[in-house]
Amino acid sequence: MNDTIDPITLAVLTGRMEQIADEMDATLFRAAFNPIIAEAHDASHGLYHADTGDTLVQGKSGLPIFVGVMAFAVKAVIDKAAEVGDLIEGDTYIFNDAHLGGTHLSDMRLVRPYFRDGELFCYLASVGHWHDVGGAVPGNYNPSATEAFQEAFVLPPVKLIRGGEMQQDIVDILVRNTRIPQSAMGDLNGQLGALDLGQKRLDELLDDYGVATVKMALDALGDRADALMRGELATLPDGRWEAVDYLDNDGITDKALPIKVALEIQGDQMSLDFDGTAPVTAGPVNIALPTAVATAYVAIKHIFPDLPANAGVMRSVDVRVPQGSLLAAEFPAPVGGYTETILRMIDVIFSAAAQATPERVVANAYGTINALSIAGKRANGQSWVMFSFYGGGHGGSIEGDGLNHGNAPISTATIPPMEILEATYPVMFRVWALRPDSAGAGQHRGGLGATYEIELLEEKADVFLFGERGRFSPNGVAGGEGGAMNVFKFEQSDGWNEPPLVSKMLGIKLKKGQAVRLQTPGGGGYGPPRKRIAAAVARDVALGYLTPEKATEFYGSAWAEVSS
Amino acid sequence: MTRLIGVDVGGTFTDIFVLDEESGTASVSKVPTTWPDQSDGFLDGIARQVDDLSTVGVVVHGTTAGTNALLERKGAKIGIITTHGLRDVLEMRRRDRPQTWGLRGAFEPIVPRDLRLEVSERTLADGTVRTPVDLDEVLRAAQLLLDLECVAVAILFANSYANSENEQTAVEAVRKFWPNPHVSSSSEILPEIREFERFSTTALNAYLQPEVSGYINRLDTALKGDGFGGEFMIVQSNGGVMGTDSACRQPVRTALSGPAAGVMAAGCIAQTAGFENVITGDMGGTSFDVAIIADGKSMLSQQTSIDFGMVIRAPMIEITTIGAGGGSIAWVDRGGFLNIGPESAGAMPGPVAYAQGNTRPTVTDANVVLGRIDPNSPIGGKLDRLDVKAAANAIAEHVGSKLNLSSEEAAEAILRVANSRMAGAIRLVSIERGFDPKRFVFMPFGGGGALHTAAMLRDVGIGRAIIPRYPGVISAMGCVIADMRQDFVQTINARTMTLDVEGLRDCMQSHIDVGMAALDTAQSRFTTRDIVVELDMAYVGQTHTVAVPLSVTVVDGTVATPTQAEIEAAFDKAYLATFSRLLRNGDRRIMNLRTAVVGKRPKFDLSALAPIGGSVETARTGSRPVHFGNAWYQTVIYDRLKLPVGSEIRGPAILVQPDTTVLIDPGLTGRVDAFGNTVIELSEV
Repeated sequence: MNDTIDPITLAVLTGRMEQIADEMDATLFRAAFNPIIAEAHDASHGLYHADTGDTLVQGKSGLPIFVGVMAFAVKAVIDKAAEVGDLIEGDTYIFNDAHLGGTHLSDMRLVRPYFRDGELFCYLASVGHWHDVGGAVPGNYNPSATEAFQEAFVLPPVKLIRGGEMQQDIVDILVRNTRIPQSAMGDLNGQLGALDLGQKRLDELLDDYGVATVKMALDALGDRADALMRGELATLPDGRWEAVDYLDNDGITDKALPIKVALEIQGDQMSLDFDGTAPVTAGPVNIALPTAVATAYVAIKHIFPDLPANAGVMRSVDVRVPQGSLLAAEFPAPVGGYTETILRMIDVIFSAAAQATPERVVANAYGTINALSIAGKRANGQSWVMFSFYGGGHGGSIEGDGLNHGNAPISTATIPPMEILEATYPVMFRVWALRPDSAGAGQHRGGLGATYEIELLEEKADVFLFGERGRFSPNGVAGGEGGAMNVFKFEQSDGWNEPPLVSKMLGIKLKKGQAVRLQTPGGGGYGPPRKRIAAAVARDVALGYLTPEKATEFYGSAWAEVSS
Repeated sequence: MTRLIGVDVGGTFTDIFVLDEESGTASVSKVPTTWPDQSDGFLDGIARQVDDLSTVGVVVHGTTAGTNALLERKGAKIGIITTHGLRDVLEMRRRDRPQTWGLRGAFEPIVPRDLRLEVSERTLADGTVRTPVDLDEVLRAAQLLLDLECVAVAILFANSYANSENEQTAVEAVRKFWPNPHVSSSSEILPEIREFERFSTTALNAYLQPEVSGYINRLDTALKGDGFGGEFMIVQSNGGVMGTDSACRQPVRTALSGPAAGVMAAGCIAQTAGFENVITGDMGGTSFDVAIIADGKSMLSQQTSIDFGMVIRAPMIEITTIGAGGGSIAWVDRGGFLNIGPESAGAMPGPVAYAQGNTRPTVTDANVVLGRIDPNSPIGGKLDRLDVKAAANAIAEHVGSKLNLSSEEAAEAILRVANSRMAGAIRLVSIERGFDPKRFVFMPFGGGGALHTAAMLRDVGIGRAIIPRYPGVISAMGCVIADMRQDFVQTINARTMTLDVEGLRDCMQSHIDVGMAALDTAQSRFTTRDIVVELDMAYVGQTHTVAVPLSVTVVDGTVATPTQAEIEAAFDKAYLATFSRLLRNGDRRIMNLRTAVVGKRPKFDLSALAPIGGSVETARTGSRPVHFGNAWYQTVIYDRLKLPVGSEIRGPAILVQPDTTVLIDPGLTGRVDAFGNTVIELSEV
């Protein structure tokens, strides 16, 4: 009996299996009703291990953070099924409980055991960000939540389909708990369609190659991912490196919250220890343990972009998250602002890893989602809510300067066009521009952040903001400087004001003709600024990326002698 | 004036396709593309086929002049004049990044920041002018751009799709002032909502204008100088042709000119041969390009990115590219895994067998080692022979030894992995659009595509492959086949319940008037004139729109007013077809109106290309060993062009013609159809 698989069949099978996941992604993007899935691709699909839930293969077009987090969703179902002992062919579970499955309650997870010849072969799963899942605030981004219950309704893993029978009771509960049932049902059907397609494709694959060969291939993929990761780690020096960074506050108490990591490499093993991180907070900047582990994976994959999306990568990585810290919040601590916290985790991992291997690591990106909402009523009484995230600069790297105005490392979502926003909501952008002097100085500077100034065209509106980096700038690496901090201001009859909690505020009242101005951080720089060639500084000045004053402050006056 | 000439200028060769409508005959030729001025090769190629240009009625050109200028960033130095507060829109893009993983890579916009100038003006989304344009500022900006040596300028104002008054006022002033015709305005190029896409398309138009219009004018002058008195036209990315004046005004519409012509020809050939559903696969040196034709229609996409952040929004034939071409490099990673690409040896230095300096094995090297490509008469005619031994050694060293395989096994492995990637691209492209690939035929073209048909049949489950008689000159042929077409767009942004249907009608009418006027001034004959109207629609609150075909009645050039009920019914039908469900009581919105005016050109009889006479025996030129699966087969070689209609060739066999090798694997049979195409299917057992 030959129990290894030849490398060629493995390569072909890998392509086929990755394609199953990609096709599942494509199916949902096409069918989804809500633009968060359809346009921003806030969804993910894959195949997961029958016993452990580990990621075997995952689609390439979904949101990066899901690459690590989906295994936990599947594991939660495996645990539930083991507890109850009633897993059968034709079941499909559904849940949104973020403390079990990671991320936040908006992400609805569907998990389906896949049986072949009466035996459990693997799991198929689909996750998608639903537009509304109840809670206190439409869209579920509630910065004042102190419990999960105020963020959304909480659904633990339950059987949506039991042995092939749709459980209408569950559907009825879902429909009654969202403000937009049609959108929710559209997304649910899309996700079920994706699972059906995955199942069909997996049937065909197993028909072609047989269970034994595919099983061997799946095992081999994990081993290969493990070998690739060990190969990468072995090229890095042994040692221990620390980094600490801070969240401004939790949105309730104005107190900085440290996030700390010690990264240790020994041979082909790595550990990430978050001891020293702040405890669970009252406000929603906590994350659940699965999110923390998944985030470590996202950071690692940004450092080693060629690694496959397979749990084997993490076999040589030990992620240690202290109990009681805001990185391991327990139910029902609020986790709605998880994006800010995981961005900071990625930042500290980069800052620590850059000490070990500066050439492989980029400096910190802008590090905040800046969820800005402007809401009001039109003259005809119709209510409107403009809700969007805003971009900032990426970090410099050994290769060059950082990208101006990029998206967050945990996402690939694009920003809506200004004209679409102006056509849909009663606002006008006075400014939609790059923010000069925002890039972290360095041999390779960071990318520039942006300035958005938004004027209200109707009589009145309320504004809320959930942002970060108002007190601590995105860090440079390898001697590079930090980028500019987030600055938010709002116009009142007495002029421009700033929120007491810098980048978080509820209930700002705007009148017609008044505006808010958001200036987002630039990325951190790479390498010491003194190493930046004078002509590059002169060019930045000529193009207006840098004012002459700041150019001299950051880089000295040599640039003024050089023509760009 | 009965002859039509199609000319496709590619990176390596310039292809000429001459059709004589009177005699019903066609001829083809290939000459090397000349650099830097492609017009020399263009004229040389035509001269080889035609002595007297006065006998030629139409010359149609598929050009890569625009594509190359974009890819190599060799467009003109241009400036932009834009709304106060918005100078960075082009550089900020839609807040994306080049790669999902790694967070590296920056972006250089084609217009640097110091050439992007702001002026006081503002129009709101509802079309209200909040700040009238300050013409003094506009002219000062234009002067400054001239002083900075800009040779073209783009005027990009916010919300000009809703009301172009400010922008038009500025454009008129700049046109009077600017020393050349290279002034582009966003409301003329693309009156569609979404500022980044509109600005980017318009700026790229300005960027291309000096180069492309200069090139077209040089050709035009040279053709006329040689006695040409007919009509010279250019293929657009949408697969239709346009006059040279339109091409000079809107060069951005030529970005995918050559490949689009190829897909048009593929559709026509397949349809004539009886196949309405086709997947084309063009295998070049670095990439494999896939396009889909369903029910006789090629898919159009509304937007493409030439490179990161270089977005063109204009209707184009939808072509999906994966990095698996003949030059793609095979390598084994640290995990012991065989990979193909994305690195490519391209055409220079090319595969190891070309002996031009590359030492890492490519897909072509695998084909050479397995005997599938004749080492003694390489395609293209630049090299005398291929170095089989060097290719085998490279495969042994870089793949075989690492995977413990012989050279042949390793070469087979390379092809298996490359084939599975191509098959994957075809599956994904068809399934993403909701098509079952099993209903399609596969049409390979380009130099290498016909070597890989068996895998497409077996791995994807496609029923048959059809290889056109002249797969190497398909784009040139497409130039002759393509219809004249103009596309228009206008953002409407209104709910159906409050829609001004007369306003919509007026907008359609103006599109139709401009389109018909262009057809009227063309010298070509048209068998019919078609008007295609589509609305981009969605439920209020959705951002993704659905393309809603709307049937309109046009009598004596006047379009009838559509009713709200007709529009809503058309939306429901299209929405249902896409998503299989409707929203009850959903409020529907029209985002854009799209009108296409098509002048159908007379179709030539493709059987003119069919072989006359000949026999299988006389077509047979010899045999050589070729490796399939795990054994060598003595394989018969045929001169493809000499095979008569109706020939049946059972694999293994190789059909050779000057620019293409067609491989018929064991278990497959090739048949020559009435048009000279080779149709390959699984052999009947």
